[in-house]
Amino acid sequence: MTRRIAIVSAVGVTGETVPQATTRGPSWDGRFTVLILFLPPALLLFTLFVVLPIGEAAWYSGFNWNGFGRPTNWIGFDNYRFVLETRAFWLALRNNGLIIAVSLAVQLPLALTLALMLAERFRGAVALRMLFFMPYILAEIATGLIFSFVYDGDYGLVASIWRTFGAEAPHLLASTDTAMLAVLIVIVWKYFGFHMMLFIAALQSLDKSLIEAARIDGATRSQALRHVVIPLLYPTIRLSVFFAVVGSLQLFDLVMPLTRGGPADSSNTMVSFLYNNGISRMRVGYGSAIGVILFVICVTFAFTYKRWFMRDE
Amino acid sequence: MSSAETTRAPFDPAVLFKAAFLAVVAIFVLVPLLATLLGGFKSLGELRVNPFGWPTHWEWQNYADILFSGRYWQLLRNSLIISTLTVTLTLITASMAAFTFAHVKFYGSSMLLSYLTLGLLFPAATAVLPLFIKVRDLGLLDTYFGVALPQVAFSLAMSVLLLRRFFRDIPHELLEAALVDGCSYVKFFRYVTLPLSRPILATVGTITFVNSWNAYLLPLVMLNTDALYPWPLGIMVYQGEYSSEWHLILAFITLTILPTIILFLLAQKHIVAGLTAGAVKG
Repeated sequence: MTRRIAIVSAVGVTGETVPQATTRGPSWDGRFTVLILFLPPALLLFTLFVVLPIGEAAWYSGFNWNGFGRPTNWIGFDNYRFVLETRAFWLALRNNGLIIAVSLAVQLPLALTLALMLAERFRGAVALRMLFFMPYILAEIATGLIFSFVYDGDYGLVASIWRTFGAEAPHLLASTDTAMLAVLIVIVWKYFGFHMMLFIAALQSLDKSLIEAARIDGATRSQALRHVVIPLLYPTIRLSVFFAVVGSLQLFDLVMPLTRGGPADSSNTMVSFLYNNGISRMRVGYGSAIGVILFVICVTFAFTYKRWFMRDE
Repeated sequence: MSSAETTRAPFDPAVLFKAAFLAVVAIFVLVPLLATLLGGFKSLGELRVNPFGWPTHWEWQNYADILFSGRYWQLLRNSLIISTLTVTLTLITASMAAFTFAHVKFYGSSMLLSYLTLGLLFPAATAVLPLFIKVRDLGLLDTYFGVALPQVAFSLAMSVLLLRRFFRDIPHELLEAALVDGCSYVKFFRYVTLPLSRPILATVGTITFVNSWNAYLLPLVMLNTDALYPWPLGIMVYQGEYSSEWHLILAFITLTILPTIILFLLAQKHIVAGLTAGAVKG
C-alpha cells in the first residue's frame, strides 16, 4: 500500500516518466496473473481442437487405418495417389469451381445491383433488405430440405409449374445433368443476401461528397456510378469474392439434404466428397489425405489472395 | 444518392424497372418459404395438386402432432444446450484472451495472436477425422461437450479479433488510473471492460449462437445417440422416416426454423452487424 501511495504522489510531481514505473513496478505481478489466468484457456482449446488435428491429419494420411487401435499400416503417399486417381475427387473440385463461377457471374452482380437499389432510403427498403438477408441465417440443412421439396418431382413447386404446361415433371435432383444446376440455384438463393448486406454496409460508409462532386462536375448518375461508386467499392468486391471462394470450399450442409453429393457423385463438393468417402466409411487415412488437400487449397488461396488482391487492407 | 427527380416522378421507367426487379427477387425469396409454411397446413393429397396456393382445408393436425410430441421439444432442448454451452465458453475464453491481447504488453503477444488467427484460414471439415479420434480418446464422444468444445475452438479466432478491436478502444488512461488506484487487471476486466463491451459481446454471442444452432457436420460426426441430437440432425432423421409425406416434413421444417426467424426479428441489429461487420473489418 505505502508503495502505491508513494507512486501516486510521484505522478503529481514528475508527470510523464512515472506511469512507466507503475506498469513495470508493482503491476508486473498483476500482468503475470493475467497472462497465467486469461490466455491458457483459449490457447489450449485452440491447440487441442484446431491445430493438433490438422497436424494429425497429415500424420494419419500416411496410413491405411480404420480408426481402431493404433495406426500401424504405413503406406506413405499412397492415400494421396488414391485420392487423385478418383474421378469423384475431380468432379468435386470441378463443382467447387462451378460454385465459385456462379458466385462471381450471377450472385455478385445481383447482390451489387440490389445493394445499389436498397442503400437509398425509401419506404420498404429496410424490410426488403431484411427479407433478402433472411435466407442467409436459415440453417443450411433446413434450406436444403425446403428446396428438396421445391424440386420434388411429385409434390414440388417446380413439378407443379411443369404440369400446368402439360409436361411430364422432371426429377431435377435425381438426374446427373440437372442435380448440380439445382444445387447452384439454391446457393444463390441462400447467399446473395449476405453479399448484398456487405455492399450496403460499404455504400453507407462511402464519402458522399465524392459522388456529389462528380455530379456537380457534370457526371450523369450512371457515370458517377461507374467511375466513382464502383471503384470505391473495389475493396468490398474483393472481400465478397474472398467469401464466395471460402464458402464454396466448405460447403457441405446444403448438399446433404438435397442430393448427398449424388447421383453418381455429380453434385459432390470437396467436403461432401470427404464425408462420403472418408468419414462415413471410417477410412481415416484416406479421409485425412482429402482433408490435407483441402487444407492446402484453403491456405494457399487465402495467402495468395491476400497478397495479390488485399494488400492494403 | 437518391435524387429527387427519380424518386418523386411516379411514372419514370427507371423506377418502374426497379420496382419490378425488386418484386421478382422478393418473390424468388418468399415463395419457397411460404410454400413450406402453408404446405404444413395441407393434406398430402392437396399438396400434390395445389403446392402453391392457400390450403382449401386447414389441416392443423400436422402442426399439432409435432408440437405435442416429445421429439420436437427434445431436439430444440439439445440444440439449446449445445448452443448455450458454445456461446458461454466462447465468450468467456475469447474475451479473456482478447483482453490480454488488447491491454497487456508481453513478449510474443503478436505472435500468439497470429497463431490464433490461423483458425480463420480453414474450415473444421479439413481435420474432422482426427478431431473425431481426439474427441473419442478424450472420452467426449456422444456428449454435448464433444460437440461444444470443438465449436468453441473454431469460433475463437473470429471472436478474439472482434473483441480485441473493441477492447482496444477503451481508453488506456482508464486502465492506468485504475491500476494506480489499486485495482487489479482482473477486477478491471470484470467491472470495467465487460460492462462497457455489452454491444460487442452481444454481437459475438449472436454470431456464435447462430452458427452453433445451425451446425450439422460436427454433431453428425460426434453424436451417435438419437436422444442427444440437435435439430438439424433430428430433422434429417425425421425426413428419412417420413420420406415422401411432405406435409409432415414441411410442418416440421417450419417449426424448427421458427426459433431462428423469431431470433432474427428480435436481434436483427446484432445479427446483421455481427455477420457483416465482422467480415468487413476483420
